[in-house]
Amino acid sequence: MALPLNYNLRNVLVRWRSTLFTILGIALVVAVYAVMQAMAVGLAKSSQNTGDPRNMMVVRKGSTAESSSQVLREQVKLINYLPQIARDEKGRPLISPDVIVLFSLPRRDGSGEANVLVRGISPLGLALRPQVKLVAGRWFTPGKREVVVTQRMSSRFANFEIGGRFRGSGKELTVVGIMDGGNTAFDSEVWMDADEARSIFEREHYSSVLLRVTDEAAGKELAKHIETDKRLPLQALPETDYYSAQTKAAAPIRFLGNFLATAMSIGAIFAAMNTMYATVGARTREIGTLRVLGFRRRAVLASFLLEGALLSMLGGLLGCLLSVVFVVVLHNHSFGTLNFQTWGETVFQFQITPVLLLKALGFSLAVGVLGSLLPSLRASRLPVIAALKSV
Amino acid sequence: MTENIVTIRSLSKIYQQGEINVTALNNISVDIRSGEFLTLMGPSGSGKSTLLHIIAGVDRPTSGECRVQGIDVARLNESQLADWRNQNVGFVFQTFNLIPVLTAYENVELPLLLTRLSRKQRRHQVNTALDLVGLGDRTHHLPRQLSGGQEQRVAIARALVTSPSLVVADEPTGNLDSHSAQEVLGILQTLSKTAGKTVIMVTHDPKAAAFGSRSIHLEKGELTN
Repeated sequence: MALPLNYNLRNVLVRWRSTLFTILGIALVVAVYAVMQAMAVGLAKSSQNTGDPRNMMVVRKGSTAESSSQVLREQVKLINYLPQIARDEKGRPLISPDVIVLFSLPRRDGSGEANVLVRGISPLGLALRPQVKLVAGRWFTPGKREVVVTQRMSSRFANFEIGGRFRGSGKELTVVGIMDGGNTAFDSEVWMDADEARSIFEREHYSSVLLRVTDEAAGKELAKHIETDKRLPLQALPETDYYSAQTKAAAPIRFLGNFLATAMSIGAIFAAMNTMYATVGARTREIGTLRVLGFRRRAVLASFLLEGALLSMLGGLLGCLLSVVFVVVLHNHSFGTLNFQTWGETVFQFQITPVLLLKALGFSLAVGVLGSLLPSLRASRLPVIAALKSV
Repeated sequence: MTENIVTIRSLSKIYQQGEINVTALNNISVDIRSGEFLTLMGPSGSGKSTLLHIIAGVDRPTSGECRVQGIDVARLNESQLADWRNQNVGFVFQTFNLIPVLTAYENVELPLLLTRLSRKQRRHQVNTALDLVGLGDRTHHLPRQLSGGQEQRVAIARALVTSPSLVVADEPTGNLDSHSAQEVLGILQTLSKTAGKTVIMVTHDPKAAAFGSRSIHLEKGELTN
């Protein structure tokens, strides 16, 4: 039989000063962990949200990203006639050969330059990406040096407002509209006409082709056809698959988050251990008394482990609260980081999910249990007589 | 004739302090009858507390035998011993040893948490024990809100609550003023006389010892009378 829970709870509250500092320490570690993970989740989510299950993406065989892919114009023509491609009400095949161009632009806050990914899309490209909505101004006119930027990018780069002009690769471009990428990877892009982009940036080829297939079976058939057609050194994969693979952008953040959390948690474990050793030291006679009354060693062990866990869970809850407050306060801010897949700046929002909070709590629990393991073992192994004689 | 509750034969206890062996108890044999109020007297370091601890199953002898109600206590393992203490022995300490964060009621209830009693049965027993020591109206007080005498009476209630046949007390009046000491000794005496409990008390105060029904003296680990 275990010692009653309120015994531990009240002991934690009685020593409120040392308890408070331990809780704050653990809270800080948990908050850092949760925020870093929220960043990784936000980044991953912007990629995962992207892509329409009805769409297929065609890139050069072996390419993992559009920016390193090339599709020749002759190849686009061959693809254009494939029977698996869905058509719009006018009978046109729903296909958009895109061209990707990266250039470096100054940030709005004057803190230097960052790479911006410009996507030239073909006339039907908009219909293939219904999640992207125009929120101000108008769409670009094919054949003109006009671009549409996203809301998130407009807050981060200089001249990204309607009527704003900027130079990319020596050519002047005018912003005519603002769009909302709907929390997808498109939020990190600037769009313009594909053929105009090819002409002014002197690209002979397209980067990728996005197309809609009539159904899933047609998609598989198309992929198989492209795979076996010798004239097409390309590969077709579902657009959703393509973008889930891009979630690798979050991997370095996740790694950094885990690394930081691990390093800090070692500190937190020692802090918890210190607190619990002090607790055991201060309650030595009490432990002796409990043992005399008939509580077994493992009851004492469990009780002190529980107390450590309780302490760290309080810290964990506070840490979760801190991270939620942090994310809510920054809700309307967009953050950018270099995406190692596209080499362009990716904008994202911190995303706190229930799973993430549970993970953070589990993390704090682990800190508490590990930190109190040795002090608890010591408490349970105290010789009864010596414990009773302690002052 | 009443039977013996404790039978001690050729009991010795030797402590190792560094390289020196210290003999705390040397070849002691004594019988304690059921229902008697025995006081263990002697100067500091005479081994009286050690003897009490061995009888109560808190310490183990180096050699010899200590049977309580026929059970050779030293042969029990740690867990069995913990259970045995819970069911058979009530402890009263010189320093009261109440748990500071628990109320008088909760302190008295502690040993009962190790039994199979229901919450209602526990409440009944705790209230009975607290009434017996005259603290029925102090159940929700924390130890620091009680006087020393009251704390010791709570400790006696905790020792009685499991209805043990043996109550051991180590200098129970050592930290009390004379009035509170009288009260506590009176309660212990009543336990032995009217409730039939066997009470073993360590003391070096002859006035306290006068409350007992029999007294044995120890000096340098040996019985002197």
